[in-house]
Amino acid sequence: MNSINRYKILGLAGLVIAVQLLTQFTGTAFYLTQLTMSAYYGLVIIGLGVLMGYAGQLSIGHAGFFAIGGYLSAALTTHNLLSYKDSLCIRLLERADMLVLSEDIYGDALLTVVPWGACLMAVGTAALIALLLAVPVLKLKGHYLAMATLGFGTIIYRILLATPYFGEADGISDVPPFQLLPALGGLPPVVVSGSFDNRVVNYYVAWGILIVGMLLLLNLINSRVGRALRSLHSSEEAAEAVGINTSRCKVQVFVLSAVYAALAGVFLAHYNAGIGPSEAGVMKSVRYVALVAVGGMTNLWGTLLMGVSLTFLSLRGVFGSLDDAVFGVILIGVMLFAPEGILSLRRFLVPAKDAALKRDEP
Amino acid sequence: MTPDLFFQYLFAGVTYGAIYAIVAIGFNIIYNTTGIINFAQGEFVMLGGMIAISLHQVMPLPLAITLAVALTMVIGAAIEIIFIRWLQSPSVLRLIIITIGVSILLREAALHIWGESIRSLPYFYGNEISSISLGSVHLSPQVLWVIAACGIMVAGLSLFFKYTPTGREMRACSANRTAAILCGISTRNMVTLSFMLSAGIGAVAGCVMSPITYTQYDSGTGLAIKGFTVAILGGLGNSMAAVAAGILLGIIEAFSVSVVPLAFQDAIAITILLAILFVKPHGLFGSSVAARLKDF
Repeated sequence: MNSINRYKILGLAGLVIAVQLLTQFTGTAFYLTQLTMSAYYGLVIIGLGVLMGYAGQLSIGHAGFFAIGGYLSAALTTHNLLSYKDSLCIRLLERADMLVLSEDIYGDALLTVVPWGACLMAVGTAALIALLLAVPVLKLKGHYLAMATLGFGTIIYRILLATPYFGEADGISDVPPFQLLPALGGLPPVVVSGSFDNRVVNYYVAWGILIVGMLLLLNLINSRVGRALRSLHSSEEAAEAVGINTSRCKVQVFVLSAVYAALAGVFLAHYNAGIGPSEAGVMKSVRYVALVAVGGMTNLWGTLLMGVSLTFLSLRGVFGSLDDAVFGVILIGVMLFAPEGILSLRRFLVPAKDAALKRDEP
Repeated sequence: MTPDLFFQYLFAGVTYGAIYAIVAIGFNIIYNTTGIINFAQGEFVMLGGMIAISLHQVMPLPLAITLAVALTMVIGAAIEIIFIRWLQSPSVLRLIIITIGVSILLREAALHIWGESIRSLPYFYGNEISSISLGSVHLSPQVLWVIAACGIMVAGLSLFFKYTPTGREMRACSANRTAAILCGISTRNMVTLSFMLSAGIGAVAGCVMSPITYTQYDSGTGLAIKGFTVAILGGLGNSMAAVAAGILLGIIEAFSVSVVPLAFQDAIAITILLAILFVKPHGLFGSSVAARLKDF
């Protein structure tokens, strides 16, 4: 991690705290809800950003991974397992201390997986599916790759829409809160849920996860793997010639970005106490791709900034019924006039600094 | 499964397959001259259907369809001129994202113009309940219109590309753009023409299928995914193969209904196609040697 990124991370953390204090003092704490959700979507977008910008692989199926994470976690923590009590699977889970017995609203016994266990299982499943998918899919190039990932997203969407276990068109509701940390000393427990008392805590949890995720990706980019990825992006043949296992690199990044998406899905499902099939739709995947493109493919900070801010505006309903149209216009505008991302336009604002930098280069 | 049922499924499959094939041919025409996939292709189909439905309220059906196709062609050309023509050697990824953006805009525009209601053109011949009997199999006359439209377009296009000067110029453009420019062919005009042509073909598809499948502002997305799948399965750029692949997909879909619930139909079809793609990465009829020479 170089020092510029360290300052940027610290700056981001400072900004997160400042925004929270600002909403506290101005009595606009209701903004925190959408800011929390934006942070989770931000996690999907930076994961996809590394895949698209650094590994050079387009994926129009990331909403699928998001949905796998969210839906599995929601289903496992919501559906009653009592009737399968004696099966081997459930007994193994019980031995691993991953089941919780509670009462539903009618007072009947309800046996479900604890959120921690469900989270691990959901993210693990997403990672496994990503791995199985990546091996054949990443052999494809260009349009064929776009088609294959689009197809994957469509399959997940259709399966969710057609399976009673996943609630068909209704999705899954009444997802229980996710207790991240138990009550320690005088501190209250850290719980991911949509209740108003937890709003501030949830805001920090979401942004904390996003910042940690960002740190990990920045480290990855500046590591040996990251340099290998960038060489792969510019010329795959050259990268192979110097001994980089290009296909393994691509698969690793694909799985990593799927894990980011699934993790975001898990947390958002618990935060919203539910998840619906629209989260898995093709338009969601397209929107993630759009946000990465708007931020600038090889600019992770730009991706984060544009991804979170545009998602926030969209969630606040600023664009009203024109929401999708606004995204379309932004997408086209950026690709026509600033294909390097919106942040690349700042060179028109500060030409002097840019010119000075150019002079310093040999 | 009784033989009657078998043929009934088969004809349903061929009908949908023909529709997918027409959409796929639209993809192929633009791909052949520009090397890009136009993700707004499904929206051309939707626009063709919607415009024809609106025009049909004030004029007879043949005139409404002709005018709708012409208007969609103008829209196709306008899209190319506004969004693509003036770009200096854009990357393929950039073009893909631009066409995705265009498809969102067209869909949203349709939503605001026509609303969310589901519409359809009247049957070209007869009505919903009229049927033609082939032995013990019953067909709607509209099915014949769909299949005929597909056949005529494929034949017409192959004649156009083979024998007319303009068709040859378009093929030259796709074979070697630099050489085409040196021969005095205006490659930019050819690209505009290819957008017009594929918009027109999409609009025809939108009109002939509207009585059977109905038209809604977002009916283009699903069709684009299917058409794209078919174009890839046949091998990008190959229109004849697209017809075979389209009918194959249609038949797979039709018969999958007899095995799994209808809701899984799309998932099954796409799974099978992905499996084929993994085994034959350049499509059923595509040449891997030729594909290796292309960038995308």
